[in-house]
Amino acid sequence: MSSRVFNIAFNTFREAVRDRVLYNLVAFALLMTGAAILVGQISIEIERLVVVNLGLTAVSLFGMVIAIFIGIGLVSKEIEKRTLYTVLSRPVRRWEFIVGKFFGLAGTLIVNSVCMAVGVFAALFYVSRHFQSADGWVLVGLYFIILQFLIVTSLTLLFSSFSSPLLSAVFAFSLFVIGSFSEDLRGFASMTRGISKWLATAAAYLVPNFSALNVISSVAHQNSVSGQLIVYNTAYALFYATMALSGAVLIFERRNLK
Amino acid sequence: MRASRLVSLAAGALLALTLTVSVLLLRCIDTVRSGAPLEEVLYVSSPKVLKRMSLGYDGLLADIYWTRAVQYFGGKHHSGVKRYDLLAPLLEITTQLDPHLLVAYEYGANFLAPAPPLGAGMPERAIALQEFGIRNNPDDWHLYYNEGFVYYTELNDYAKAADAFARGARRPHAHPFLAVMAGRMAEHAGDLQMARMMWSTTYDTTRDKSVKANAAAHLRALQVDEDVTVLEQINNRYHQMTGRFAGSFGELASAGLLRGTPLDPLGHPYKLMPDGRVEVRHPDDLPFIQKGTPPDYTPPPVPKILPTD
Repeated sequence: MSSRVFNIAFNTFREAVRDRVLYNLVAFALLMTGAAILVGQISIEIERLVVVNLGLTAVSLFGMVIAIFIGIGLVSKEIEKRTLYTVLSRPVRRWEFIVGKFFGLAGTLIVNSVCMAVGVFAALFYVSRHFQSADGWVLVGLYFIILQFLIVTSLTLLFSSFSSPLLSAVFAFSLFVIGSFSEDLRGFASMTRGISKWLATAAAYLVPNFSALNVISSVAHQNSVSGQLIVYNTAYALFYATMALSGAVLIFERRNLK
Repeated sequence: MRASRLVSLAAGALLALTLTVSVLLLRCIDTVRSGAPLEEVLYVSSPKVLKRMSLGYDGLLADIYWTRAVQYFGGKHHSGVKRYDLLAPLLEITTQLDPHLLVAYEYGANFLAPAPPLGAGMPERAIALQEFGIRNNPDDWHLYYNEGFVYYTELNDYAKAADAFARGARRPHAHPFLAVMAGRMAEHAGDLQMARMMWSTTYDTTRDKSVKANAAAHLRALQVDEDVTVLEQINNRYHQMTGRFAGSFGELASAGLLRGTPLDPLGHPYKLMPDGRVEVRHPDDLPFIQKGTPPDYTPPPVPKILPTD
């Protein structure tokens, strides 16, 4: 079972690399180099802040775009090319296919993020000429971004398991936006009464809470992140991704592929 | 094969040609376009809306707005313009997007508070900015110092300056001068030593070269004001002794009133005028001086701040 999941994951990763997904690293490298050199000339005393803010924001946005646009095609493309039938005619279960695809895309995003992290730290070293112990918190920010990717990847797989690529992209992107506003949704819920309160509260807990996973600004100021938050965020992301993946498996198991 | 190569060459040439023409056309369009320059547009004026629109990436947006504020102030300052309408909103948006961006408070006060042409002449907005900073970073003593500094230098409100310094002095790791300044403010609010202490603290605590240079220029100006006062008093005493003003510093030295030719903080000898006044040789190099300038002297529109090193 695990070898089948691994093979699907590895092939998904290989396909993403073949699709030149990692070319975004070139754009990222140019962005970081430009920022590191230019910001010192056009602004005052924020070189380090910009490198961390811009670096982590770029890691997050590039990754989100990859997660959504690759994720939405993971199932539909296989159906379109009819390669899914070849895969499923072998001793591969449908859930193994979904889980393998998830790990493949997640792996691609992690490799991509790690390469970008090297770029962020190189730019950081360029502007600061040395590393500080507080720079380690940038890694925590990066880790939280990877947790966001796990959630988005599982959501795109969920949507692509029953919808067209275009709609899946719209759904996933909308959830990303709404998830970024989840704190506001809770604020809205606390201000309303009756059924609206229940609906708003339910929506606030149902959509992924991306704002809790965003500590970019905090780590840019070299603020520490509590161990408790790391543990809770890790558990939350894993449970949420598993939930969405379970939904994807449930739908895909019942989907008529004829 | 040959035809495809020909097409490639033609397409390449066409690409280069159209790109060049479009750049040239854009330059022509720029020359005929009228109306307000692009920088005068704030786009979104509400920090709350901007924060929501940033989708959590508010740190980067704050950096962008801070850079915009720096560019806006620098551009206006360089061109000698005296109106800075967008400066305060840009700084307020920056700090509301990232309330911990301390550099925006420090420089924000320096940009907003001084009267034109040195700044925007908005000391009240500078104080409001510092108060917002203090609410969000209550343990940072620099913010209290900035606020007290604006009260002292721009508003001459010594009681509020003393209060700001006293509040700052109670913060952890506060600069020891804050307590001293808070204590001395009541007795020596307007005197030269107090002003020297203020600028010395700024000079010692800032990491930025331009702020350091500005503080050094103010310290030099205070030194000139003090020197000129003392030298004119000496010349007056000489006048009382001899019935005329000294023609040179040598005469004052011969009379035992002076040790030699006094030099200004830049190392140039002072000038002794026939009417008893004392002047500096290069007033443009010594901005902010209150004394020692020729009677018809007009300072340059943008003060010449010399680098510290």
